[in-house]
Amino acid sequence: MRGFKLYFKQLSIERRRREPTLKDFEYAAATSIDEAVSLLSAHGDRAKILAGGTDILVQLREGLRQADLVLDIKRIPELTELAFSRQQGLRLGASVPCYRIYEDKALAASYPALADSARIIGGWQIQSRASIGGNLCNSSPAADSIPSLIALDAVCQIAGPSGRRSVPASQFCTAPGKNVLQRGEFLVSLDFPPPQPRTGSRYLRFIPRNEMDIAVVGVGAWLRLDPAGQSIEEARLGIAAVAPTPLSATEAARWLVGKPATPESFTEAGRLARQIARPITDMRGPAEYRTHLVGVIAQRALADAAERARRAS
Amino acid sequence: MAKKAHVQTTINGEPTEFLCENRQSLLEVLRDELHLTGTKEGCNNGNCGACTVILNGVPVNSCLVLAVECEGASVTTIEGIAEESHLHPIQQCFLEDAALQCGICTPGFIVAAKALLDKNQAPSEQEIRFELANNLCRCTGYDKIVRAVQHAAQRLQEVKG
Amino acid sequence: MAIDTRETPADAGRTAADKSAPAYKVIGTRPIRHDGADKVTGRAIYGNDVQLAGMLHGKIVRSPHAHARIKRIDTSAAEKLPGVHAVITAADLPDLRDKVADLGEGRVNLAHLGANVLAHQKVLYKGHAVAAVAAVNPHVAEEAAALIKVEYEPLPAVIWVLDAMKPEAPLLHDEVYTEDMTGHRTSEKPSNASKYLLFEEGNIDKGFASADVVIEREFKTASVHQGYIEPHVSTALWNVDGQLTVWTTTQGAFTARQQTAELLQVPVSRVKVIPCEIGGGFGGKIPVYLEPVAALLSRKSGRPVKMVMTRAEVFEGTGPTPGSFVRVKLGAKKDGRIVAAQAWLAYDAGAFPGGMIGPGCMCVFSCYDIPNYRVEGYDVLVNKPKTAAYRAPGATQAAFAAEQVVDELAEKLVIDPIELRLKNAATEGTKRVGWPAYPRIGFVETLQTAKSHPHYKAPLSGKNRGRGIAAGFWFNIGLKSCASASINPDGTVTLMEGSTDIGGTRTSVAMQLAETLGIAAEDVKPQVGDTDSVGYTDVTGGSRVTFATGLAAYQCGLDIRRQMAERAAVLWECDAQDVTFEDGAFRQNGRSITFKELAGRLNETGGPVLGRAAVDPEGPTNGFGVSIVDVEVDPDTGKTTILRYTVFQDAGKAIHPSYVEGQLQGGTVQGIGWALNEEYFFDDQGRMRNASYLDYRMPTALDLPMIDAVIVEVPNPAHPYGVRGVGETPIVAPPAAVANAIYHATGVRMYELPMSPPKVWAALQAKRECPVV
Repeated sequence: MRGFKLYFKQLSIERRRREPTLKDFEYAAATSIDEAVSLLSAHGDRAKILAGGTDILVQLREGLRQADLVLDIKRIPELTELAFSRQQGLRLGASVPCYRIYEDKALAASYPALADSARIIGGWQIQSRASIGGNLCNSSPAADSIPSLIALDAVCQIAGPSGRRSVPASQFCTAPGKNVLQRGEFLVSLDFPPPQPRTGSRYLRFIPRNEMDIAVVGVGAWLRLDPAGQSIEEARLGIAAVAPTPLSATEAARWLVGKPATPESFTEAGRLARQIARPITDMRGPAEYRTHLVGVIAQRALADAAERARRAS
Repeated sequence: MAKKAHVQTTINGEPTEFLCENRQSLLEVLRDELHLTGTKEGCNNGNCGACTVILNGVPVNSCLVLAVECEGASVTTIEGIAEESHLHPIQQCFLEDAALQCGICTPGFIVAAKALLDKNQAPSEQEIRFELANNLCRCTGYDKIVRAVQHAAQRLQEVKG
Repeated sequence: MAIDTRETPADAGRTAADKSAPAYKVIGTRPIRHDGADKVTGRAIYGNDVQLAGMLHGKIVRSPHAHARIKRIDTSAAEKLPGVHAVITAADLPDLRDKVADLGEGRVNLAHLGANVLAHQKVLYKGHAVAAVAAVNPHVAEEAAALIKVEYEPLPAVIWVLDAMKPEAPLLHDEVYTEDMTGHRTSEKPSNASKYLLFEEGNIDKGFASADVVIEREFKTASVHQGYIEPHVSTALWNVDGQLTVWTTTQGAFTARQQTAELLQVPVSRVKVIPCEIGGGFGGKIPVYLEPVAALLSRKSGRPVKMVMTRAEVFEGTGPTPGSFVRVKLGAKKDGRIVAAQAWLAYDAGAFPGGMIGPGCMCVFSCYDIPNYRVEGYDVLVNKPKTAAYRAPGATQAAFAAEQVVDELAEKLVIDPIELRLKNAATEGTKRVGWPAYPRIGFVETLQTAKSHPHYKAPLSGKNRGRGIAAGFWFNIGLKSCASASINPDGTVTLMEGSTDIGGTRTSVAMQLAETLGIAAEDVKPQVGDTDSVGYTDVTGGSRVTFATGLAAYQCGLDIRRQMAERAAVLWECDAQDVTFEDGAFRQNGRSITFKELAGRLNETGGPVLGRAAVDPEGPTNGFGVSIVDVEVDPDTGKTTILRYTVFQDAGKAIHPSYVEGQLQGGTVQGIGWALNEEYFFDDQGRMRNASYLDYRMPTALDLPMIDAVIVEVPNPAHPYGVRGVGETPIVAPPAAVANAIYHATGVRMYELPMSPPKVWAALQAKRECPVV
């Protein structure tokens, strides 16, 4: 999530030649989805949604985004809902803070990649506020949650002036800082399919430090193994920080089906994933290095996911 | 200028109300309106942890919370950590173990450590390092801070018997 | 944990002086610091905690360009904004052309100092201050700042030190020519190379000719920032009587006073600087940035004005340490004896002359006794913020180069790297670059302690792991300090001193007074005075406070003892000269009275007692340190993990060992940050792109192991308790030590800082693609 800042800065710096200023704004804490939709419809682009605030407040302060209205959605019941059962799967309200995910042991065990992401978005103080929904809506190319959402096949539930619609998480982002949300729309929740036996998932990123950093490369991996735990029945792979939006590495995932769950397979899948990477050269490293890292991190994430799948069965 | 908002909260156990502009952060209101200047500003964008407070039971960067969001909330700041007549064991251990040099990051570390030890009574060295990674210190190299938190955990266990 | 060297089996740090060392009662103990309770409860008042009635908030307008001519500044819209009380530009500063001032660190061109505070005609780096406003609150000030229209004519910028030395490079200052050490102009045309230094001894040609092995390498380092967590903040009140009071976060109240007075061209007596608690400095809080601006805004508005920098302003507008290029050549005999050394250093100074090249040149070979050397250095202007001191300023870049070449020598000669250093170690009498011979120093003892330490002997197994060692040196200065103390009737002593306390120095100074008076550390109540309440005291810097202000406290204690002896003589009706002071009590002819008892009887023996001392000890106190570090490098990502670190340093005498360890650990970790990830990242227009903690990447707690600190004590003969000062040396060795460890882990030598993952990976790739035989 917090990687967005830089991408955005690089795009906007030429246009913005003035000191950042935080103009005062109206504040509203909606208590229902309808109320939120009508406020958002009325203000359009000049309304900004406040969930955890860990991105939007920084962006407003730095003049990267402007708001006439800041709309707090944390008092809408659906937005803070965290409903999980092994039969129904997971419904994650869009403003549920990260810590509630990893502190729920049953949930974390069922969606380990999601728990991985929730545990490393910022530090603890960030995780107390930041939500997976907010991380998705911030739509940073380097977002730590989106590869996991892709890997776990999450679906975005969106409310808007013309009712509800759903969009796969893999299709949510459209450009750095941009997504499919239209005027008056906002993300209500993320739905995850029920956990299956013999599956495992992992989110792994590369950062120069060990915490408090933006992914240089991020990979979410999900695997289902055969009953013997030997070969791969199904795979999904999401990658981040190497293109204008997080990507689903579908070709690599398809290739893995039927292959043995071995380091060699994961290395080859990493090589295939590298082919869709189109990173930029910036302070996080040269493009060549980041492309290389996609292979390394994908291979490691897949190996961990396979290990988790074996332990789960 | 927009009208100020009226907010009712509980701060360090005291019912507290204040007026604020919508754009003011909890950190600004704590420091500038309520004169609770123990909470420090190091970066104002969530990267240093010097402004850590406990909001409704969890540690947050108060620079990344709008004051107006805090209607009905309960906030604990560094000023609310010590008991009436004596320091909290974490504070005492920071002093005994020389876990501060300039002291600017110290309130944030102590509040974050309090949140940690409330949740995990016997954290390992790695757990302490992980949970306190949102708090930057430029003076100590963290060695003595980690030791002070370990030491405080032991002391709190002893107190509990 | 610290290991007292007297308890180590090898007994390496123990010296003849130690064996006869007196037993101290206070020195060497670990009392709780006097300001501790205030700092763990949030009650201590730091600069940003100052709140005054009617206070306005200031905001600075900064340049978006790395280099540009200011064509026009239009402040009218800002002035009209409701809530705005004052707007200023460089036109509000006095004309400082041709004015120089001696600020204690040599003569400073005031026009440059002034133009750094508010840009005059040209902006020289992104973030350079151009104008300022004061308004009713920070948000209105920020809005007003955005309304100030500055028209720029952008100019080409130059960032890298070697580029700036090229003849075709964009010139920062038309009036700056290259000068040599005597002030003679050596360039015909204006130049970005503002200073050329040359130090020579012996004959290097003959030296290299006689060497069996010669190694020459080139090194680069990026700009890094001091990174203190507290941003710069100053509050000024220019009263109607012409008196200016400044509450500020500074390493030296008196230098802040002098710089502010000089820039505003008012007598120092009209300025009172009240130093607040300071949230880190490391050298970066010696220059003034906000003080004169807040003062001008206060004069214009008639109200107190507070100015606080954002974190981005701290990175973009205040002192980084120089980026550098260093070439080092060493020649040695087969037995390891270094016979010739040559270094060529170019350090950037940032946007104004006067960087860290002097100490860089003088430190590059300071650990070794080398008969023939030649050291040349250039101070070079670039479009970056004016550099400021950063913990042993200039020494770390030089050590990164020299200590890697020493490591290569050791490898080539198949000599243990500590042994090689021992063979060449500077000792008493060694003549160092740019200074007379060393007095008694503890480098040999420090090396010996490291060599016999369990860490050095511990096996290090596993792939991609390596151990590195390096040495570091910093001068540690003396300079001027004052202390005064009054005796309370309960036997406690109130101590007033002038050194702003950044890391517990109130306590290390108070402990020396307590030792001198035979009382407990807790019975001294130390305070840091403002410029109107304590005698002139130089900055908290140069690792000088525990040494020099401690010396002042000691002499103040002697003054008190002398006066108290007179009071005892009054009581006993004897000659004061017959009264002795031993073991905390005054004695004469079998009678005795404790310090505390006598303190209760001052009123009947002549009234209050006030001790005082002013000191100005000359010469450096010479701090040597050694690092041992184990690393593991991930060959697939290039990321380096610090597995184990032990830092050794000669402290002379550790007054408060916990805080000495803290200096060793903290300095080491800053050095690790410099080694691995920290850097100013500039775009092709010369603009810093990572001005936040998120993107600048200082180490977090999770990036480090425990840092074992081992204190060696070879007393400094120039201090009554043997203190050497410890603060700066610990940062010097780590980048070189980590580089040496990376080499031993991977076989790849890193010639550039930071040794960040992409760079290490690229170096490993190059080796994989083209293995050198």
